[in-house]
Parts: sequence; C-alpha cells; structure tokens
Amino acid sequence: MMEFRQNTIRGLWALTGREIKKWLKDPLILLVTIVQPLIWMALLGKSMNIGALLSNLPPEIRDQMMRSAFGTSDYFSYMAVGMISFTVIFTAMFTGMSVVWDRRLGFLDKVLSTPVPRSAIIFAKVLNSTIRSIFQATLILLAALALGLKLGPTFTPLNIFGIYAVIFLFSTGLSFLFLSFTLRSTKIETPMAVVNLINLPLVFTSNIFFPNSLMPSWLQTVAKINPVSYLTDAIRQLTIFEMDTGALLLDLTYLGILAVLLSAVGIFLARRYLSR
Amino acid sequence: MNEVIKAEGLTKIFNRNVIAVDHISFSVLDGEIFGFLGPNGAGKTTTINMLITILRPTEGTASVLGYDIVKQAEMVRKVIGVVPQEYTADEDLTGWENLMLCADLYGIPKDIARQRGEELMELVELTKFKDRKVETYSGGMRRRLELACGLINRPKILFLDEPTLGLDIQTRNAIWDYIRQLKKEYGMTIFLTTHYLEEADALCDRIAIIDKGKIAVIGNPGELKKSLGGDMITLVLGEDADATEVIRQIEHVKDVWREDKTYWIKSELGRTTLPQIIETLRQKNFTVKKISLAEPSLNEVYLSYTGRSLRDSAESGEDARRLRMIMRRARA
Repeated sequence: MMEFRQNTIRGLWALTGREIKKWLKDPLILLVTIVQPLIWMALLGKSMNIGALLSNLPPEIRDQMMRSAFGTSDYFSYMAVGMISFTVIFTAMFTGMSVVWDRRLGFLDKVLSTPVPRSAIIFAKVLNSTIRSIFQATLILLAALALGLKLGPTFTPLNIFGIYAVIFLFSTGLSFLFLSFTLRSTKIETPMAVVNLINLPLVFTSNIFFPNSLMPSWLQTVAKINPVSYLTDAIRQLTIFEMDTGALLLDLTYLGILAVLLSAVGIFLARRYLSR
Repeated sequence: MNEVIKAEGLTKIFNRNVIAVDHISFSVLDGEIFGFLGPNGAGKTTTINMLITILRPTEGTASVLGYDIVKQAEMVRKVIGVVPQEYTADEDLTGWENLMLCADLYGIPKDIARQRGEELMELVELTKFKDRKVETYSGGMRRRLELACGLINRPKILFLDEPTLGLDIQTRNAIWDYIRQLKKEYGMTIFLTTHYLEEADALCDRIAIIDKGKIAVIGNPGELKKSLGGDMITLVLGEDADATEVIRQIEHVKDVWREDKTYWIKSELGRTTLPQIIETLRQKNFTVKKISLAEPSLNEVYLSYTGRSLRDSAESGEDARRLRMIMRRARA
C-alpha cells in the first residue's frame, strides 16, 4: 500500500511535469495561453457595455439599477471576472482532448505498459489542467485590474487563495468529466462533437454574461444546476461583490461535491477503460 | 530450461467480429530470442499488446514469469521492458528528460535512475546527444532512445515490436548488435515481432510464423529450413542425353526433375552435393554449362506453411504502416 502510494505520487509528479514542460517549452502555446483570455476579456468585456445603455439616466439611479441586477455597478468588472470561468472550461476541454493525442501517438500505450497506477495517469491530466487554469486566472485578474476592475469592499489579497481553491474544485470536476468522454477514443472527432455540444450551453446557461435573475424561469432552473454559475458566483463573491458568506459556502459545497463525484467516476472509468 | 512466457489459447476479437488473434498457444524459454514472424495484420502487435498487459484477451490466458497477464498485470509490468513500434518519446523534451520520465514511471529512485541512464545512453551511443530535443533526432536515434527507455527498469524480459521498422541497413545492423549484446551480457529473454525475414533469421533462436491470427509453425530458423527437405540445385547440361539416373546415384540427392537439358536437383546438403555433381557428370562425359545453388530461405518456409510469400504480403503492409506513422507525426 505504501509502495503504491509512493508510485502514484512519483508517477503523478512525472507525468504532470511532462505536460508542464511541454507547455513551457513551446513559446507559441505559452503566448496563446496568455493572450487568449486577455483578448476575450478586452473584446467581450468592453464591447458588451451594458452600463452604456443606461447612460442617459442620472448616475445614482443607473448605479442602483446595475447593482440590483448585476450586484455591482460596473458591467466590465462583472464580465471580466466571468471570463475566468470561461477560460477554465476551455482549458479543461483541451485537457480532455490531449489524452486522445497521447493514445494516437502511442505514448499512452507506453505509459500503460509501465507499473504506474492508472489513476496517476488521469490525475496528471487533471492537475495539469488545474495548474494552467490557475495561471490563466491570475493573468486575467491582473489584466482586468489594469483595465479598470472595481474590487468589492470585502476584498483582501487572501481572497486570491479562495479563488484558486474554487478553480481547483471546478477544474478537477470538469476535467474528469471531459476525460471520461475521451478515455477510450482513438480519434479526435467524436469527443470533439460531444464536447462542443456541452461547452457553449454550459457557458450560456450560466451567469457568466448575465445574472440568473434576468433569465426566463426555465433557464433559471438550468442555471441553478449549472456548476459554472457556482464557480462564477464564488469568484465574484471573492472579488467584486460585497461578500455573502452563506452564498460562498453554498458555492464551495456544490463545487466540492461535484469534484468528488466526477473524480470518483473518472478514476473508475480510467481503471476500467484506459486499457482496451 | 524454464518457460518464462506461456500462452494458452490466447484470443483477441475486436468489435465482436474481427478476430485479430485466434487461439494461439506457445511458450518462450528463459534466455532465448523468440520472434513472431508474419505480415502486417497477422496479429503480431495484438499478441504483444496482450502480453504487455495493455490489451485484455477475449479468451485464453497467458503468463509472464509466472504472473497472469490479467489478474497479476501489475506484477507483469514491473518485470518487463517494452519498446513499442511507434516513436513514443516526447518531441519537445530532450532524450535525457524522456529517459528520466520512463524511470519515474517505474518508480526508480532518482540516483539509481541517473546512474542507469548514463550507462544506457552509453550503450545506445546517445550520450553526446542526450541533451538535445528529440525532434532533432533521426529515426535510428529515436529507436535507440526507445530501446534505452525499455531497459531502464532492468527487465527480465524485453518486448520489441518491429524493432527495425523503417530503418536503413546500417542502423538495423546496429540495433541487431544491441539486441545480441543484451542476450549475451544480461541473459535477457527477448520477444520480438518482425516482418523482415532477414531479421528473424539473423536474430532469433526460435520463431513462430503467424498468419491471419494463427501460428502456422514454431521452430528454430535453421531447422525450419531443413524441414523443407534441403537445397535446390539448378543445372544445365550441354548434351541431350538423360543424366537423371546418374545424378540420382549421388550422395544426399533426394530428387531430380528434368526438362530438356535443365535439371532441378533437391539435395539435403547442397554445398557438398554441388561439386560432386560436377565431378560425376564430367566422368560420365557430360558438359556442365551452368549450375546454381539456392539454399532455402525463410521465405520458402513461410511459403510452404502459409501458401503465400511473405515478401509479397509484407511489402505493401510496410508501406501502409509507414504511411500511417507519417500521418501520426503529421497530425501531432
């Protein structure tokens, strides 16, 4: 048992290291990873300036209207923070795809023929996805601050660790979900189709762009079970909102349960289906 | 000698109807080089993948060093080394980083891994290039790196899937030398697949000829050739008279066919018979115009057991596989 745990950690560390090295050694990929969230944030965040619609109202009334709908008077802040969720989803998706490449190139078969525990193989993918997401989230936050993000009154630098924690939980859950689709695939097209089917609805039935309260009631129901809403809300609670501890705890619990459940399913499937 | 690999009725059926490997049974003895010879699609890689525990058999069992490949897969993985057909090393990493990654996957302590790594790089003559990215490596260097990776855990049994596929003759000879060295110096048992007759002939103590998922015959390459009944001598005489009976009297001659002035002579020992034929015929006043000797190659063995020539079936198979490999690279 002791030996197994040691091997799991060794293997996990080695395989994660491989992914990170690959990522860092390719300057173009690194650049794209950095620039992509910035572009999305700058374009989407600044172009969809909802506040401008209300610009001919007196400032106090406008602020009040914005605050009651979005929880903050500044739509850019609302949206910029939502971009973190957006990025986490796409990074998890690419992680799911990377296992198909590993299979195609024979790398997965080679790893499978070594005694490294199967769970370490899949955990390394998840960990890599989480590390990338956290890195990107940090960049987005810094860039958003530079572009005029308005932090809430309850923000302290310690909240950053809270943000990392919720990203960790969500990214783990979602990466495992995507990996479950791609584990057995030998070609990229099938999982790509499935993932595309899931991804955009996941984004647009969440509160990334609009608060749940402004949605029609059927959509609200969907948004309520959509984990993206919980992630986004948690990050907003920790940054731009006046923190509602109860809401934040609910977010954490929901994301925590999701992470545990999907990890369990993912590990079960990995043990069963990584070898064919 | 001990049986280190034992397969009984091993079968793999893909998608419920494609029978890749069809109830094969064989055993590999301790310290021998055992080869699976057959064309592309014969089931060689599928068999190897079952033995190295990355593919579950549909039926039948096999054990490696006494460990069941399904129930004790973890134990099997610890004692074997694998050199896959594809180049699996990561292009973005250096040769050394790839080798150390392999060591990590086997849970080898860092200092031991470093020491063994140096030795192995020396063995496969990559020490000079170890800190270069693998994308700069040639095909032969990649194959040697894969070999080093497969040896990092000091395996008792090494599995080589088409170890010289697509390599030039010089590199192929170098790889053969490494393989012979492993057998000689470490007494390692080696299981390899190949569709090159020369490779099976030059390296293997015993071969199994596999065709359409079934083993046609197992044996020592020399014995298999001998079992065909010897060499073929082709002879052209200057005279019209029939020399069949004269030739038949010569020692080791098993059979003679004649067509005009041309004779085909089957002999158990072609090299000994040939000068005797010339000598005897001269004494009987025949003129030998032309004579040639063909020793049976594995191709004749293959032909007689499967009813088709391996050279024919391998040629197109190799092209297809090369193309697939190039496509794999391109897609990456």
